[in-house]
Amino acid sequence: MSVTNLNIKSDAAAKPSASIVTLSRAAPPSAGFRMPGFVKTLADNVLPPIITLAFLLVAWEFLCSSPTSSLPAPSRVLEESWALIVDPFYVGQGTDQGMFWHIFASLQRVAVGYALAAIAGIALGTLIGQSDLAMRGLDPIFQVLRTVPPLAWLPLSLAAFRDGNPSAIFVIFITAVWPVIINTAVGIRNIPQDYQNVSKVLRLNGYEYFTKIMLPAAAPYIFTGLRIGIGLSWLAIVAAEMLIGGVGIGFFIWDAWNSSLISDIIVALVYVGIVGFLLDRVIALIANAVTRGNVKA
Amino acid sequence: MSKSYLSLEFIDKSFERNGVRSDVLTQVSLGVEKGEFISIIGHSGCGKSTLLNIVAGLTKATTGVVFLDGQVVDAPGPDRGVVFQNHSLLPWLTVYENVSLAVDKVFSRTKSKAERHDWVMRNLDLVQMGHAKDKRPSEVSGGMKQRVGIARALAMEPKVLLLDEPFGALDALTRAHLQDQVMQIHAELGNTVMMITHDVDEAVLLSDRIVMMTNGPAARIGEVLDVPIARPRRRIELATDPTYIRCRSAVLKFLYERHRLVEAA
Repeated sequence: MSVTNLNIKSDAAAKPSASIVTLSRAAPPSAGFRMPGFVKTLADNVLPPIITLAFLLVAWEFLCSSPTSSLPAPSRVLEESWALIVDPFYVGQGTDQGMFWHIFASLQRVAVGYALAAIAGIALGTLIGQSDLAMRGLDPIFQVLRTVPPLAWLPLSLAAFRDGNPSAIFVIFITAVWPVIINTAVGIRNIPQDYQNVSKVLRLNGYEYFTKIMLPAAAPYIFTGLRIGIGLSWLAIVAAEMLIGGVGIGFFIWDAWNSSLISDIIVALVYVGIVGFLLDRVIALIANAVTRGNVKA
Repeated sequence: MSKSYLSLEFIDKSFERNGVRSDVLTQVSLGVEKGEFISIIGHSGCGKSTLLNIVAGLTKATTGVVFLDGQVVDAPGPDRGVVFQNHSLLPWLTVYENVSLAVDKVFSRTKSKAERHDWVMRNLDLVQMGHAKDKRPSEVSGGMKQRVGIARALAMEPKVLLLDEPFGALDALTRAHLQDQVMQIHAELGNTVMMITHDVDEAVLLSDRIVMMTNGPAARIGEVLDVPIARPRRRIELATDPTYIRCRSAVLKFLYERHRLVEAA
């Protein structure tokens, strides 16, 4: 997330406060031989990551193959954590659950915290995007608060809620809300004067202006904020769960560390990475559907 | 004294920035009759767009009043349909939705849903954009966008149509085509039109009267020229028409001899 000062002139063409970087692909080289279309697409897109992955696995296997190695090689991970890998839906006692249930518990917390952050973030962003007074009043406070690391909020929220679960949800909320607020506000400040003139000529009322002009015009910015927010949420949940305990992928990792089950940690990291990637893709897909491809991300 | 349909009375406009007052318009008075096509021409920076915005109600005059059909203009409203310089279509709506946004708002009580749909289509057909109703603004050409902008303004059944350099961003051929279309619509519907332009030929071709503005700061109306050319006008015949040539050179003389744009130092 890039640092952004909201104190921009409303007429200045400000860039989105933070942008999601995706690597664009270079034009594919012309194929020397012909393959059926879908096979070629598949080969172009699937083969390179598979080769890279295979290379990394071989290198890892090689580096960690000595018996004194402190980290397990892939083959040892498979061997030691086989039960964990093959039965993600295992149901046991207490925190002894399959990977799916840990991930599911974490996702539930993220869902609640993130949904609250999206609602509050868009509302507050709209407020400070619309009103100069609100911006002058709130922006300096937000700029300070958003630099507080997510986990620093955890003790405070534990003290306030006296329970692990709401505390974790609060940490998600406080992590995800800032980029949503800031991007929404920038998006609304950047609504072109033309659209405002159109709405004035049509005499749209406040509600119509909000739904027909403001939200669609700011949607690309709002979704940039939401995408950054979901990424940060997933980063924060793992750390927060390590501290609050219970079922959840964060606590699972911490528990595995305490039991010296390094292989289990590696399996968990793979899950965390894939789920984080999927969350980002889901928000990107929603953004694309809602803004009809207008998101420049 | 009977007022004109659209009447601008002693419009002054000045901006104040850091305590420094800069006058844009001084003592602009103008009467436009119903069904008349008026062009306002002047060098850039002479405040002609400001004048149009004042009539639209988007900018407030410092002093002076605008009357439209006996009513004081003090806020924007659908009785003054504006065609903006850069079309100002909403990119997330289709061509149809851009027009229906205006129609649904203006005729929410007076027309049924089916009538509103027919009205949207009638106005799109009027500018020959009915075929592209489901396209988004990004999928049609600049000239087509401007046509949709005109359809949107016309669909509000405005008392006066305000065109802010509507063809400025178009290539010459598209521009000529759209000018012909605007003339045809004006002949059909008899709208009252006020157009801002900096194109002499366009002004003479389209207008009943041409209002020439002096250079800013503190621009005022320098001269008003009648264009007594019978309608319908055809651009090819006009090229050799003595009245056309006389009007054209009168405007050119005003702009380039008497009120040459003084380059800002």
